[in-house]
Amino acid sequence: MKYLKQFGVILLVTAIGELIRSVVPFPIPGSIYGLLLMFVLLCTHVIRLEQVKEAALFLIEIMPVMFIPAAAGLIVSWTDLKPILVQTVVILVVTTVIVMVVTGKTAMFMIGQRKGGKSDE
Amino acid sequence: MNEMMSASASIGVVISLLGYWIGVQLKKKFGYGFLNPLLISIILVIAFLLVFRIDYDVYNSSAKYLSWFLTPATVSLAIPLYQQLERLKENYKAILVSILVGSITSMASVFLLALLFHFNHAQYVTFLPKSITTAIGMGVAEEMGGYAAITAATIIVTGIFGNVIADAVLKLFHIDDPIAKGLALGTSAHAIGTAKAMELGETEGAMSSLSIVVAGMITVIGANLFATLL
Repeated sequence: MKYLKQFGVILLVTAIGELIRSVVPFPIPGSIYGLLLMFVLLCTHVIRLEQVKEAALFLIEIMPVMFIPAAAGLIVSWTDLKPILVQTVVILVVTTVIVMVVTGKTAMFMIGQRKGGKSDE
Repeated sequence: MNEMMSASASIGVVISLLGYWIGVQLKKKFGYGFLNPLLISIILVIAFLLVFRIDYDVYNSSAKYLSWFLTPATVSLAIPLYQQLERLKENYKAILVSILVGSITSMASVFLLALLFHFNHAQYVTFLPKSITTAIGMGVAEEMGGYAAITAATIIVTGIFGNVIADAVLKLFHIDDPIAKGLALGTSAHAIGTAKAMELGETEGAMSSLSIVVAGMITVIGANLFATLL
């Protein structure tokens, strides 16, 4: 019963997020409004951690499998991708690595600064 | 085979879970970084559909129930975020600057490569939101006149790629602080990167979740500016 209740609370916040999405004209999905709303509700103690924790952590744990159907959908978009395949691969590989390294290094540097002078580089 | 498959409302989920299970077992047995359970499961599912000539729509008519869980799972990312509230407050400056720098780097590198490949405007804006979460990215691409279907595909492949290379890249470039790891993963590979960050640790996961939100917002605004460049 506890898990069902927790899942219910998460779904309620999710539904409100989707409602917000339907009235706000930005290309931001309901899940992001839901995430922000959940965060605010936790910070203001309207929702307590123990009312959502286990169900939330379970959903997060199994998150990778939720991407499988969309990723298998590459079969369908393959015809669109094929003509620009080489360019697509180059862009994907190069930018993903660069962004990962630049973001990580910037964070390392900033955290090093904050901890008092001992920077990463 | 198509008819057999359509007779069941759960077979697509079963195939997906089975593929993931095989991926987890292979990873356990051999332990190589490139044996990523998510990547293996996707390859297995696609192979299965091709070998048995099953339409994607038939598979997805039941597998879509797995995708449905993505929205509440994304909302759930607020929980680790809240649990890391203290860390968040302590490091808010580092966090915001890193995600901002990362998001701009993403759009700038797409811009430079688009120049190199002589892309037209529509092709260019298709790739502009490639590092952010699918739902936001597709909306951004569509609004600016890109091909949303290709954007969705590149976003997913970006996520999987980021998920797979994370261990190697973070190690190679000595990114060893949990906060830095999480920000790097979330900013470069959105929710699929966050799934990886969650495996690395609670702090990594929380920072990565935060990156999805912040990078998404920055890109919604930034992409409009970058779109005017080409």
